[in-house]
Amino acid sequence: MVTTTGNLKRVAIDPVTRVEGHGKVTLLLDEQNRVHQARLHIVEFRGFERFILGRPFWEVPVLVQRLCGICPVSHHLAAAKAMDRIVGGENLTPTAEKMRRLMHYGQFFQSHALHFFHLVSPDLLFGFDADPAIRNVIGVAAKYPELAVQGVMMRKYGQEVILRTAGKKIHGTGAIPGGINKNLSIKERDELLKDIEQMVKWSQAAVQLARDYTLKHLDKVATFGSFDSNHLSLIRADGAMDLYHGGLRAITADGQKIFDHVDYLKYAEYIAEEVRPWSYMKFPFIRSLGPANGWYRVGPLARLNTADFIDTPEAEAARKEFKAVTKGKPNNISLAYHWARMIELLHAIEKIRLLLHDPDLQGTDLVVRGERREETVGLIEAPRGTLFHHYKVNRDDQVVMANLIVSTTNNNEPMNRAVQRVAQDYLNGREITEALLNHIEVAIRAYDPCLSCATHALGQMPLVVELVDAHGNLVDRKVRGADSAG
Amino acid sequence: MANGPRILILAWGNPGRRDDGLGPAAAAALEALDVPGLKVACDYQLTVEDVAAIAESDVVIFVDAAIAGPEPFSFQRVTPGEGSSFSTHSVTPSQVLTLAADLFGARPAAWLLGIRGYEFDEFGESLSPAAQKNLAAAVGFLRNMVERGDFYGAAAASEAALVDAASKGVV
Repeated sequence: MVTTTGNLKRVAIDPVTRVEGHGKVTLLLDEQNRVHQARLHIVEFRGFERFILGRPFWEVPVLVQRLCGICPVSHHLAAAKAMDRIVGGENLTPTAEKMRRLMHYGQFFQSHALHFFHLVSPDLLFGFDADPAIRNVIGVAAKYPELAVQGVMMRKYGQEVILRTAGKKIHGTGAIPGGINKNLSIKERDELLKDIEQMVKWSQAAVQLARDYTLKHLDKVATFGSFDSNHLSLIRADGAMDLYHGGLRAITADGQKIFDHVDYLKYAEYIAEEVRPWSYMKFPFIRSLGPANGWYRVGPLARLNTADFIDTPEAEAARKEFKAVTKGKPNNISLAYHWARMIELLHAIEKIRLLLHDPDLQGTDLVVRGERREETVGLIEAPRGTLFHHYKVNRDDQVVMANLIVSTTNNNEPMNRAVQRVAQDYLNGREITEALLNHIEVAIRAYDPCLSCATHALGQMPLVVELVDAHGNLVDRKVRGADSAG
Repeated sequence: MANGPRILILAWGNPGRRDDGLGPAAAAALEALDVPGLKVACDYQLTVEDVAAIAESDVVIFVDAAIAGPEPFSFQRVTPGEGSSFSTHSVTPSQVLTLAADLFGARPAAWLLGIRGYEFDEFGESLSPAAQKNLAAAVGFLRNMVERGDFYGAAAASEAALVDAASKGVV
């Protein structure tokens, strides 16, 4: 996005970066000027659910991609899984399920690579307190060009996988109710196989980078924005991590199971959403624990905590190292999201390699149909966490109800907790310092919030931090990134 | 054009958010023209992997919707530049040009076409009538430029003249 720069000789252009809003943080002080609450404001856009109403159900897997420019494939697949049940086609053919999985792993690979190499690596390589003018992808390119190239090429590879499975990079149509509309040709497979070993090697190196950073700085990392929480994800029947399908598992901060292998069609019996007056975004929680104690984390850290094992060898070895840090107990360290994310990156590319050698991808049995239904739920593990799609469809095939709980919404309370912890640790006096801004940025970034699904704000993506005293007076306000990319 | 410059049209936007779909609409229109030597790419947003395609091009035209600025469109040179972002997954044209230069040694001539839109703050798949008119003007402008093979010439020409022509909607 190009913004008006103040140079009046230039043409004033304000193209739209449609996918991001702004991150606004309010820090509430008590009478002793200590932070007693942090509020991360994200303007959730519920309008999309209304936008879907009245549309034919078969359009929904394509339509929902327009919800978000960052993870359209996740919405595409979650909606397709939901609509499978509408046509009674949830028991997919092997070709259909494997094509969808390939698409999904491609999405994971590109999304995690992008986040780590281009958003997080500057923090890790230059330090949290480095000048933001350097602590960015351009800075990485200048000082660590090899790493930056890897990020570009890994992201590109994931996009190529998506292109060949979804049919298009934008508005993919690969998944349809009850199956898919294309298989993978030998030519497409061979094109993807050309670079696969390189991608595996780079992924292994990325895991090592994240692991080394975490272990080297464990004293700081362990407490930075950290807190105990419940964790939630889908899980395979045998307890393996499964990013595409499974039952719901929730565990406590010390690893006790709250529920396990729950059929996600019944998610509403286990998960509720709380509304708070200061936020447009809801706060999901586990019903049996209530809103005060039932909030949970989702995403890479949660998935590493809930899974009993990973079914690909390299990622499983990495998982064991990860678990050793907390002696097998759940890891509640916010910054460990990065290490967990890279383990999933490695898992995704291992899965892609396995699938590319699977002849089922060249099968021609693409769609199944069965008993027609009128209500449906589709869940998937998106890169940022569990994604819920819930629909009702009438006899005229029109969607009459839609409820989406996106990953970032699931992580709403944890992000607030992370910011609060950082603010309590780094606020000194009544002034928002550069150091505090830096640390808040780093804490939020660990969760990789996808504000595009959750907001309707158009334009740039500044971080606004406000300090409010015990009497409601605005004491300080700082904005970062208002003149930067959206 | 077969032996001419490698031209990349790189458009982005969300067609599900009204006039934000101006970039994809322009890409679709240009792709339909099937101009030899012209590569058209489209995505929801500009991202870092676009650097790879940029590095293989001599001329890059970025195309996005504009929420303000000249009607029916603006057209200006883009040069490598810095910038930082908080959590966005998108980058600016200047940033991707910087990355293309730093990572691949590529320095294509680049312009940004900002097509003026009006309706952004809602979901919907259609462009506003005014945006449709601006789109037609912008596509005609680009088509003429591409068919004349004038991008290289444009690099040497007065930028002010280009901007002026664009701001007046001269196509």
